[in-house]
Amino acid sequence: MSSVLEVKNISKSFKDYSSEFKRILSWFGFNFKPAEEHQILRHINFSIAPGEAVGIVGQNGAGKSTLLKIITGTLKPSEGSVQIDGRISAILELGMGFNPDLTGRQNTYHSAGLMGYTVAQIDAIIDELEAFAEIGEYFDQPVRTYSSGMQLRVAFGVVTAYRPEILIVDEALSVGDAYFQHKSLNRIREFQEQGTTLLLVSHDRGAIQAICDRAILLEKGAVIKDGNPEEVMDFYNALIAEKENSKIEQVATEDGRVETTSGTGEAVVADIGLFNHKNERIEYISVGEEVKLKVIVDVKDTIPQLVVGFMIKDRLGQSIFGTNTHHYDKIIESVSAGDKLEISFEFYMNLGVGSYSVAVALHADDTHIGANYEWKDNALVFNVINTSKNEFVGSSWIDQKIEVKYVK
Amino acid sequence: MKQMILAVWSYRFFIVSSIKTEFRSRFSRSKFGGLWMVLHPLALVLIYALILSQIMTAKLPGVASQYAYPIYILSGMVGWTLFSDILGRSLTVFIDNANLLKKMSFPKLALPLITIGSSFVNFMLLFVMMFVVFGFLGHLPYHALHWLPLLVFLTIGLAIGIGLFFGVLNVFIRDIGQVMTIILQFWFWLTPVVYMSSIIPKEHHALLMLNPMTGIVMGYQNVLLYDKAPDLNILIYPSLFTLLFLVLSLVIFKKANEEMADVL
Repeated sequence: MSSVLEVKNISKSFKDYSSEFKRILSWFGFNFKPAEEHQILRHINFSIAPGEAVGIVGQNGAGKSTLLKIITGTLKPSEGSVQIDGRISAILELGMGFNPDLTGRQNTYHSAGLMGYTVAQIDAIIDELEAFAEIGEYFDQPVRTYSSGMQLRVAFGVVTAYRPEILIVDEALSVGDAYFQHKSLNRIREFQEQGTTLLLVSHDRGAIQAICDRAILLEKGAVIKDGNPEEVMDFYNALIAEKENSKIEQVATEDGRVETTSGTGEAVVADIGLFNHKNERIEYISVGEEVKLKVIVDVKDTIPQLVVGFMIKDRLGQSIFGTNTHHYDKIIESVSAGDKLEISFEFYMNLGVGSYSVAVALHADDTHIGANYEWKDNALVFNVINTSKNEFVGSSWIDQKIEVKYVK
Repeated sequence: MKQMILAVWSYRFFIVSSIKTEFRSRFSRSKFGGLWMVLHPLALVLIYALILSQIMTAKLPGVASQYAYPIYILSGMVGWTLFSDILGRSLTVFIDNANLLKKMSFPKLALPLITIGSSFVNFMLLFVMMFVVFGFLGHLPYHALHWLPLLVFLTIGLAIGIGLFFGVLNVFIRDIGQVMTIILQFWFWLTPVVYMSSIIPKEHHALLMLNPMTGIVMGYQNVLLYDKAPDLNILIYPSLFTLLFLVLSLVIFKKANEEMADVL
């Protein structure tokens, strides 16, 4: 498979010497051991094909920025190599190199120059860029009078003035207003269709799953997961909740789903199922049907408080609805080892037609960030079908009363 | 090496635009704008010319003008200013642009070239103003002006060679910048800019000539005051010195290139 970006066995460590003289002498072959070496990245390997959209996720300090800097070339890897086929544009920090006293137009020339474009190349696209930014006469005003959103518009215009082979987008985009976010996202998609590879760094699960067709999870400088975004994001989610003695497990079920389980294990989900009003376990549910989600919990260890929650996700992994017993003031206190609990959530399935998955979580407080006993993604899959309602589209069912009147 | 030059060449537009940007932003919010570019050097020249011509009226041997001494100082000064401007700024050129170096990938050597460019523009303005004032003093040295590019070339080479060498080291050992600033001040007084080399006892002359700037500054004085070609013999040593430091600075730059962004 041909690849546009090939990261081969990259490691990066920052070296501290007891004296900087030793560092300088070490360039000339003197063998001084650094006093301390901070390993930021360890043996990173991946290759990305043209047109792929890859999300890079990881907790703060996992090495995402360092990796991006190595890919863009501002940092050199201590080991390994990066092979890039084509031009790379990075939206790491927007307005980099913008001078507040120059106008948007002058800054455009200047910062496009910083990206290596010639004056003639910028001349060719300056009008289009001005139109794209849509900031009117501000384009010829000093940048210091701009709002941050306006700066973003010009900066994004410059970075995407020409289609790069690789486009790196950091979270910078979230600054813009909704209109411009759509506009910039459209441009990114356009590039992607023409074969641009996209690297998106974000903590936003929704964004990663909506845009990317692959995700790479970095943890403590190593790639610990590389694959389908939903699966990786589930793992990442579990990772955030990871505490001591906690383990994360991903198993593939018969029907091809990947079930992610994590937690400390004081309480575990023994069973989970959807039941209809006749108390029959069901997998196909009609729109609007009354159902019961039953969760059976096995308590393995005495715990002061137990909160049980669930989340329904659509096939893209986007959250549709979730809540927990804490929010409904059903406090379950001091359960002891050996207890078995059944918690049932009763509701009407007012969702649109499609396939959904359910994640369950057992934890001590209202979020799973504190003590996390068990978190299970993809614990259950069900399908919503329309058997009794009028035709509709979308992810939720909203009952309608339609009235038509001649007002004239 | 060839790759490095090609990379910098492809960034020529950025270099030119950076120089323009620097001047633009310096004057953009003042009423007189670009006029300040001329007024600053003019003030400097006038101070030397007017004040010194009143205080120091002693004639210099071999020069008819009664303004000989101010012209002497100005001739040396214009060269020294170019030298110290470039050297002083290249010491901190990487530190000052740390943010850029950490976030953008571009040939780092563009930065010292921007420094050279904007210092050269400053030099040209100072030079033109000086020449105008010379005209008013009735002194128009044009016979040896064609030697000036050589002197400017040497000055820039020496300044950037030393500046880049210590500028790279300064990224890692910040004290170097401080030490060099002090050295630069001593250096000025070790160079015959304000005084004539003839006041130094003959037996210490060799020491004075150890300073590579001595020969270069004397060249400026020859061209601008004595209206004659510089003594090429005393330019040989500064040229070799320049070459040495240019090579040294490129060597250390190449070695440091990879780790520079790590510590910035």
